[in-house]
Amino acid sequence: MSAGHSTYTPKTGLGRWMDARLPLPRLVYDSFVAYPVPRNLNYAYTFGGILTIMLVAQILTGVVLAMHYAANTEVAFNSVEKIMRDVNSGWLLRYLHSNGASMFFVAVYVHIFRGLYYGSYKAPRELLWILGCIIYLLMMATAFMGYVLPWGQMSFWGATVITGFFTAIPLVGDWIQQLLLGGFAVDNPTLNRFFSLHYLLPFMIAGVVVLHVWALHVTGQTNPTGIEVKQKTDTVAFTPYATVKDAFAMIVFLAVFAYFVFYIPNFLGHPDNYIEANALKTPAHIVPEWYFLPFYAILRAITFNIGPIDSKLGGVLAMFGAIAVLFVVPWLDTSKVRSAVYRPWYKLFFWLFVLDAIFLGWLGSRPAEGTYVVMAQAATLYYFLFFLVVMPVLGLIETPRRLPNSITEAVLEKKSSAAVPATEQAKG
Amino acid sequence: MSATDSTEHTRRDFLYVATGVAGAVGAAGVAWPFIDQMRPDASTRALASIQVDVSGVEPGMSLTVKWRGRPVFIRNRTDKEIEEAKAVPLADLKDPVARNANLPADAPATDTDRSAGEGKENWLVMVGVCTHLGCVPLGQAGDFGGWFCPCHGSHYDTAGRIRKGPAPENLAVPTFAFTSDTVIEIG
Repeated sequence: MSAGHSTYTPKTGLGRWMDARLPLPRLVYDSFVAYPVPRNLNYAYTFGGILTIMLVAQILTGVVLAMHYAANTEVAFNSVEKIMRDVNSGWLLRYLHSNGASMFFVAVYVHIFRGLYYGSYKAPRELLWILGCIIYLLMMATAFMGYVLPWGQMSFWGATVITGFFTAIPLVGDWIQQLLLGGFAVDNPTLNRFFSLHYLLPFMIAGVVVLHVWALHVTGQTNPTGIEVKQKTDTVAFTPYATVKDAFAMIVFLAVFAYFVFYIPNFLGHPDNYIEANALKTPAHIVPEWYFLPFYAILRAITFNIGPIDSKLGGVLAMFGAIAVLFVVPWLDTSKVRSAVYRPWYKLFFWLFVLDAIFLGWLGSRPAEGTYVVMAQAATLYYFLFFLVVMPVLGLIETPRRLPNSITEAVLEKKSSAAVPATEQAKG
Repeated sequence: MSATDSTEHTRRDFLYVATGVAGAVGAAGVAWPFIDQMRPDASTRALASIQVDVSGVEPGMSLTVKWRGRPVFIRNRTDKEIEEAKAVPLADLKDPVARNANLPADAPATDTDRSAGEGKENWLVMVGVCTHLGCVPLGQAGDFGGWFCPCHGSHYDTAGRIRKGPAPENLAVPTFAFTSDTVIEIG
């Protein structure tokens, strides 16, 4: 189905005229109407569509907010308050944008964990996975710079800490930091360039999303069994089946989003960001936005020197390493079986990893002292063990469960076992 | 035919390479202004030095002034604080170097070398930026009665030397001098 044969036939004269000149309707038809998707996709597979909607929503609300925002340290904080109080519907647009960022990350984390669970990164989808990692990195950069724009205390000190990471690099670290800041400390030049880049990066994300979807449509989707599509009965048409399922999931997701926007719009924010930035006073606890907390915990877990690497550089390397390791996951996992459904041990370690990531997030919100540090060190250790030891070793020693011959067989088996209580199978 | 099959370097090969190199140099030359504009501009770099009147700062008092967009702590230390700092053996220090811009780079982190020097040992002038990730430490706090960084828990002693926590270096002492008995010029 990769090099799928086009079944588009233009019905009108205009359609035929168009098709001979710019076959855009054909591309849309082949990609989003006739496109075959595995028949057993569950709701975990709807988050790609949800992410697309969130990207569009963020760009739309962002473009209109930029019409009222002023990127200058003298007026930035007040211009945001003006959006909240004076601009017509400004409060709604800003809350949509700030909570939208959080919901974007909720969706991307579900999407990433889905990929890890069902082995979506395995051959031939390595590039698809890496493009996704690049999108995730761009999202983090965009969100970080967006959080600086309101010019509150957390904006300022978050920017100070995060640009401070680069000073850990030997020799050129200070030069790089000054290049990022446009000065010796976070100030007006910093705010200006962050605004410019915050406007640019979402469009770069959109560009990489196009590549991501392109790669997806070359290899086809994975599915909960992890078995490739083999026959026509394994698939259904994208429209109406996937379209309707995606649409339903989007509506549920948007309802949750709306609950945050209308009832608890500041729940995920930090009250200190309603205090204007002050370069001479650091807030008692600097915490990043919730979606960065696991990495923040990893950063702070390295309190000891590792050989010639001091604790500061070590923390920064561990934090960036925690993201970098995602890029090589396709080559770390040695298992021939794609889906965790048929890998009992991997399934266990995977769910431990999910708990570990949530635990790290909670630790990131705690002060870096006492037992929290020890717990963060243990959780960081498991984080890296999962990728660097469990993934390669488990693939070699684990005995997977019996795989069905096809998606169709898996679906029918499930149906019959639901009807007749299974007298389940032998040990591996 | 035989001429183009030759593995010898021809005049044409040279022209290809020369053109490619010239193109690469040109591209780098055009790219540089786009990177260069990101660096601190003339007005930022021009924030040379400031003069601070410290006549009103009694022992036990501190003053925070802004220099190059960053806070500078000026503290008139009490005798007790000086004694505490002097009592610390150099071997106990995480960073044994003074980090004093007015002294050689390898000066040891003795209390005198951290302060304004002989006769003015009560004066401590430091950039108030934690050497970990750039937060502003809180004064007269932490396990050593000096400074404490609330961000990631670095403790500095009464001479501004790192004693505990993730920060790698002592708080930096900027270039400064007493232009009279009561005025300090920083930078």
